[in-house]
Amino acid sequence: MSEPFLRIEKIVKTFKNNTVIHGVDMAFDKGEFISFLGPSGCGKTTILRMIAGFERPTTGSIVVDGKDITDLPPNQRNFGMVFQAYALFPNMNVFDNVAFGLKIAGRSREQIAARVDEMLKLIGLSGFEKRYPFELSGGQQQRVALARALAPSPRMLLLDEPLSALDAKIRVSLRDEIRAVQRALGITTIFVTHDQEEALSMSDRICVLNAGRIEQIGTPFEIYNFPKTRFVASFVGTLNILNAKVADAATGRLLIEGQEIVTARGTNGRATGDALAVALRPEALSLGRANGGSNNLDGTIDEVHFLGAVVRIRVRFKDSAISLDTFNRPHAAPPERGQPITVNFGREDILVLEGPAH
Amino acid sequence: MKTSRLWAWIVFALGALYFIIPLLATFEFSLRIRRDGYTFDAYASVFSDPKFHQTFGYSIVVGICTIVVGILVIVPAAYYVRLKMPALRPIIEFISLLPLIIPAIILVYGYIRLYSSSSWLPLTNSAMGTNILLTLGYVALAMPYMYRAVDTGLRTIDVQTLTEAASILGASQTTIILRVILPNIVVAVLSGAFLTLAIVIGEFTIASLLNRPAFGPYMQNIGANRAYEPAALAVISFLITWAAMGAIQLLARFAPKTAKP
Amino acid sequence: MAEANTLSDKALGPALAGPATASSGGPFAFLKSIEIGAVLGIAPFVIFAVMFLLLPTMFLIGAAFVGPDGSFTFQNILDLGTPQIVASFWISIRVSVASAVLGVLVGLFIALAVIRGRLPSSVRSAAFTFSGVASQFAGIPLAFAFLSTLGRLGLLTVLLKFVGIDIYRAGFNLLSFWGLTLTYLYFQIPLMILIIAPAIDGLKREWGEAASTLGASNWQFWRYVGLPVLWPNLLGTLSLLFANAFGAIATAYALTGSSLNIVPILLYAQIRGDVLHNPGLGAALALGMIVITALANIIYLVVRARAERWLK
Repeated sequence: MSEPFLRIEKIVKTFKNNTVIHGVDMAFDKGEFISFLGPSGCGKTTILRMIAGFERPTTGSIVVDGKDITDLPPNQRNFGMVFQAYALFPNMNVFDNVAFGLKIAGRSREQIAARVDEMLKLIGLSGFEKRYPFELSGGQQQRVALARALAPSPRMLLLDEPLSALDAKIRVSLRDEIRAVQRALGITTIFVTHDQEEALSMSDRICVLNAGRIEQIGTPFEIYNFPKTRFVASFVGTLNILNAKVADAATGRLLIEGQEIVTARGTNGRATGDALAVALRPEALSLGRANGGSNNLDGTIDEVHFLGAVVRIRVRFKDSAISLDTFNRPHAAPPERGQPITVNFGREDILVLEGPAH
Repeated sequence: MKTSRLWAWIVFALGALYFIIPLLATFEFSLRIRRDGYTFDAYASVFSDPKFHQTFGYSIVVGICTIVVGILVIVPAAYYVRLKMPALRPIIEFISLLPLIIPAIILVYGYIRLYSSSSWLPLTNSAMGTNILLTLGYVALAMPYMYRAVDTGLRTIDVQTLTEAASILGASQTTIILRVILPNIVVAVLSGAFLTLAIVIGEFTIASLLNRPAFGPYMQNIGANRAYEPAALAVISFLITWAAMGAIQLLARFAPKTAKP
Repeated sequence: MAEANTLSDKALGPALAGPATASSGGPFAFLKSIEIGAVLGIAPFVIFAVMFLLLPTMFLIGAAFVGPDGSFTFQNILDLGTPQIVASFWISIRVSVASAVLGVLVGLFIALAVIRGRLPSSVRSAAFTFSGVASQFAGIPLAFAFLSTLGRLGLLTVLLKFVGIDIYRAGFNLLSFWGLTLTYLYFQIPLMILIIAPAIDGLKREWGEAASTLGASNWQFWRYVGLPVLWPNLLGTLSLLFANAFGAIATAYALTGSSLNIVPILLYAQIRGDVLHNPGLGAALALGMIVITALANIIYLVVRARAERWLK
């Protein structure tokens, strides 16, 4: 494995006796699209700003392409940045905004004109050179901001919740555009968001953060299907979480509410008699009893929500409940509240989560 | 960037010096009346001067009248413009800012020419008439501030919505004004009132040209005839201005905060 | 925005619009739905404005065109060209320009230092509170204050003499053009600080950060983004400060008496004792003043309106 392009080592950040980042390590390869995903206040923007150079880590270092840049001022790092509030310079038109980085670098008039032209074509706004920011829509402004950041050919692209201020429809289309541009240029990109759908659909890898710590780093597939902790499981997608006890660690037998099930994924180091938390994806669950090595759990139907094509059923066990989605079947008898029901799922579908049980 | 913060401190310190030194110097000067050391005798001299009390009292009374007239003239106008005639708002606002464009000396010159003994409203003929003219002149001077204060107060409490809510609940127009609107803009009105008071007490031009026994001309007189008492007066005047502004800041804490984002 | 700080609101003017209200059919459609109550409410204001603002001013403007014999004439305007009066206007303009330009520059630096210099927030609020007070501390007390500081017996003069610097020997005199300008700055600088503060606050932090990521130094940010964005506000405030100084009289009167013959003092003398022996000429003087201050204020309002549009 070649040397990672960006390495963040043991970064700690404290603001006035308040530790916001508790020792974070990451490494990313060149050309990767990484998302920092997490709720507000988890520290994702703080880490991004430290990479950009607007905040200094209290301890730790940031290494890019083999060089330690922790002490380098932001205007010497050659990273492009796109902000949530677009931050286009209001006194300049589109052309001058996009050309700004090139002008500072001292390029010639012809070089600048050619490059700006190229950038505007890339974002689909050729012909908008003379417009001013206040004449553009939010989506257009953000695309110009992207072009401005990319024009000086930066080594890395940093995006701080760039889509959060936009309407839902624009958000989705701009999402695809950003990813397409990133692929075309092959530029290492860090994308901060609190929207898990954005992170899942755009990234090569996702870094899930919570309260200043990394919960998990992995591909979207890994994060969604194999969450390591309770937090990741509940933040990404809708997971059912149940409390269980280890009946027999050797054979992977667990007890949920007195009913025995088997997990093919091991008990994650827990011994017999330990309590732990397990997770089940709603799409892994099916109604009815299944034989031949599947797990079955008996419960009662608590609530039935008819959502059209999908029917969401809440099944209650002794002390807990789970949600499962099933397709609408007009020719079968509809499930009713109070009905006893059996839920089945495969042995590979039950995940044991790290961290203490509730 | 440590250097930029150092520069900021230097600039601030120099600015602070420019503003504080004259205040200190004035205070020091006011204490110098006796050759042999600092005393407050200049202040004693000022406070024992009957003219001081007369003119100061006169200016306070005129100030209060100005405030009352100002409220009666401005509050209904601001209210109805906001509520019923929003199209007129730019015009009314422009009028309220006219006193900033027309210097006080021009105003009083106009009054003297227009309302003198030979005109249709001979206000300058009598002392009371001239007092009225003086008050109205001060209302004009204070109008930009008073109007802005009241208008801001009305805007903050969203007069339109409050009036509609109150009338749906059955309140009559008078009740609305008296029991809903007025209590909520008291703070804004008081802010305007304190500012008006500060303006009136120190005003010189109009009072002097209308020959009224106000505090401004009195100060000018002392300045022309005495050496140390003027400094004492300046200190007193500054403290009064500071007190008025301080009262406004204090009132700001009690102002109703808007619920709108 | 500090709603209760009416002094900054003063200068913001009608360009600062309140919440938008939908009006249909133009300004005259509402005439159909006027209530008598609303008219009565507005009446005192309108009557007052007409009688004690508009009429006196227009009367004076008219009187400027009336000769000593009562007939219509342009002579008064032409008489404004006499050397004494031209000199008076000239010195007024010079003092106003000097105090406005210096007021803008010094005020800008102090405002920048206090707002963007990463000083503690207590410094900022102290500066603004003081500016609010100082911008009203004009007129006679201010003149006294400066006499106590830099007059021949003033504290600073004496202290400097003690250290060996005799400023009066070196040619300084408080009762002069520069002395008056220095005194005017005491209320011009705070006014500038109060007016420009919202504009500086409006300089988004992200602009500086974006410029930084694009390779710009601090100086380059100010040159290409910061100052250009502030520029309309600076010009507008310059205009406002000019008008403010031009119309001021009390300070000058108390400080320099009639030795520095600025226009308001000339007008004052004329009103008091008809020194020009021509009331029509006095009115023409007033007209000249109105034209100049009105022009300056209109420039201010126009520039502000354009700047608002930019920063949407």
